[in-house]
Amino acid sequence: MSDILEILLTANFWAAALRIATPLIFGVLGALLCERAGVLNLGIEGIFTAGAMAGWMAVWLGAGLWGGVLVAALAGAAFGLVHAILTVPLGLSQHVSGIGVTLFATSLSYYTYRTALPDVSSPPRIEAFQPADIPYLSDLPFLGPALFQQTPLTFLALAFVVVVAFVLYRTPLGLAIRAVGDNPSAIEAQGLSVTLLRMGTVVAGSALMALGGAFLTMSAFDAFFFNMVNGRGWICIALTVFASWRPGKALIGALLFGAFDAFQVRLQTEVGGVVPGQVFLMMPYLLSIAALVVVARKADYPRAMLKPYFRGQR
Amino acid sequence: MIRFEPRENVSPARRIGAPVAAALVALLLASLPIAAAGAPVLEAYLLMARGAFGSVFAFSELLARATPLILTGLAAAVAFRARLWNIGGEGQLYAGALAAVAVGTGAISAPPALLIPLVVLAGAFAGGMMMLLPTLLKVRLGADEVVTTLLLNFVVILAVQMMLEGPMKDPMGMGWPQSEPMLDEAMLPKLLERMRVHSGLILALVMAIAVHVFLKRTVWGFEIRAVGENPEAARHAGIPVTATFVRVGLLSGALAGLAGVSEVAGLKGYLTADLSPGFGYTGIVVAMLAGLSPLGVVFAALFIAGIFVGADSMSRAIGVSNYLADLVVATSLICVLVSGLFVRFRIRLVTPKARKADA
Repeated sequence: MSDILEILLTANFWAAALRIATPLIFGVLGALLCERAGVLNLGIEGIFTAGAMAGWMAVWLGAGLWGGVLVAALAGAAFGLVHAILTVPLGLSQHVSGIGVTLFATSLSYYTYRTALPDVSSPPRIEAFQPADIPYLSDLPFLGPALFQQTPLTFLALAFVVVVAFVLYRTPLGLAIRAVGDNPSAIEAQGLSVTLLRMGTVVAGSALMALGGAFLTMSAFDAFFFNMVNGRGWICIALTVFASWRPGKALIGALLFGAFDAFQVRLQTEVGGVVPGQVFLMMPYLLSIAALVVVARKADYPRAMLKPYFRGQR
Repeated sequence: MIRFEPRENVSPARRIGAPVAAALVALLLASLPIAAAGAPVLEAYLLMARGAFGSVFAFSELLARATPLILTGLAAAVAFRARLWNIGGEGQLYAGALAAVAVGTGAISAPPALLIPLVVLAGAFAGGMMMLLPTLLKVRLGADEVVTTLLLNFVVILAVQMMLEGPMKDPMGMGWPQSEPMLDEAMLPKLLERMRVHSGLILALVMAIAVHVFLKRTVWGFEIRAVGENPEAARHAGIPVTATFVRVGLLSGALAGLAGVSEVAGLKGYLTADLSPGFGYTGIVVAMLAGLSPLGVVFAALFIAGIFVGADSMSRAIGVSNYLADLVVATSLICVLVSGLFVRFRIRLVTPKARKADA
């Protein structure tokens, strides 16, 4: 028991938790934006992959790290636009379109990578983002290493929590986004375009998701690997329900998830000989299912989610 | 301004023509990535066609590749008919393969006439059981089955790895994480001498016909279709919606489990953690291309298998990455989704003048 407490009280542990949470924060923010506007975006897994690949490749070609971040966001936005066109004006099945976008974005990323690098045995590395060294803050006891020695993309993720929350709850645009996912005919009655609002939100949300992927190749690692996203996108969809579509709760959910994951990694080093490693690797997925099940009964899905809207329809 | 007008009656020609056109468009679009890779486009297509149909060997490869796709395609089609979004075909496939190996590597010794059915049933049962939890979570607690089935895929594959590195590891496997080989009496017989096509294909075709008859001619099949069309109306009509979801979930999981049996007992002979290159996910595309029709699944699976086998062979010849096949498969899913619009609606360009006249 005291061992467990000891793990929980180290700054290193919380630094790891925040690091694991970072791509999920981007992903859940992106997913909750799309769903708030009434569109389930199962393209997320592929958009993560595309963001990871495009961002990494841009840096590898010499665009600079922030150039890579921008390219990743644009790639995410492009695939988001495909999903938006299919599901909003065309009103096609959001489930099937999302799976289609995931397969499309994933295969296009893999094909591009293989075509650009036909015969590399080990993936080429880039100079990834380094942990920040902020005067004074990074040297604080406990908080310094846990919070202020992260890479810039983690700070960006935290900033986006505030930005998304502000936009959703404090601006007319946010009010419109929330309304279009609940009651689109009210938006049309206001003289606003349901189509444009939904499409714009899906594109923006998808760009955010792609940043989660970019974190993987530009901060967590410094290269692109096949299957590196490994279900993180799907985990975000579960966490979005867990977070009741709220940015603040999304942060808490992602951090809790990161803490569990960091904890099991440390537990693994303690009892690794006895319990097979795969048991620990299963944890994130089982945990996500548990998170979904815990809230499922009282989950308050945006009311018009999954429902296409056509003009003039009541 | 574009207007969608619902069609009253859809001709069968249109219903079949739309996915065929979508598949052709997806195939044509592949010329873009081929050209982007700097390869000769026409030659690439020729090589793909030859790789898929050019010889008895090529055709045997195509049929062997189509076999698991028919089964995972049926799994997706039957579930989607009830709007049960089972995206867990990949995990159910592995569960089926694991069960087949557990039964077929020496736990029971029996003549083939007894052992093969046992192996097949074990795989179907394991696949079905994989769907029980997600379906119950959906009907009892409202937990979205898309997410639970997707996440379980990862859990099952890790469980398979765990078994293959632990209790089910082949002691003679030179340290590789693979199961012991299946007993000869547990293997599905080959259909052609020295070729890979095996009687799993017959199993898949029989299942396609059986599912077709089941959906069309039985009460449970009717209930599945009714729930898929409108669950509320079905409930009011006295259809047991919960039981229907559970039935269709079990059936869908069992079909995907059979795909695992077929791969392990028909083709590989032992289990590794890379048994399936995504057959479960590709089954979704097969089902959509087939318009969720069980008989259509057979043709869609042959098309998709042709793309994979052809692209593999073309890739070996001129070095275009065989991820091209995945790209064509993904594109055909998007194309067939859009083509559905042309089936369901009459699409009209409406000029402002005509709109005024309408009003």
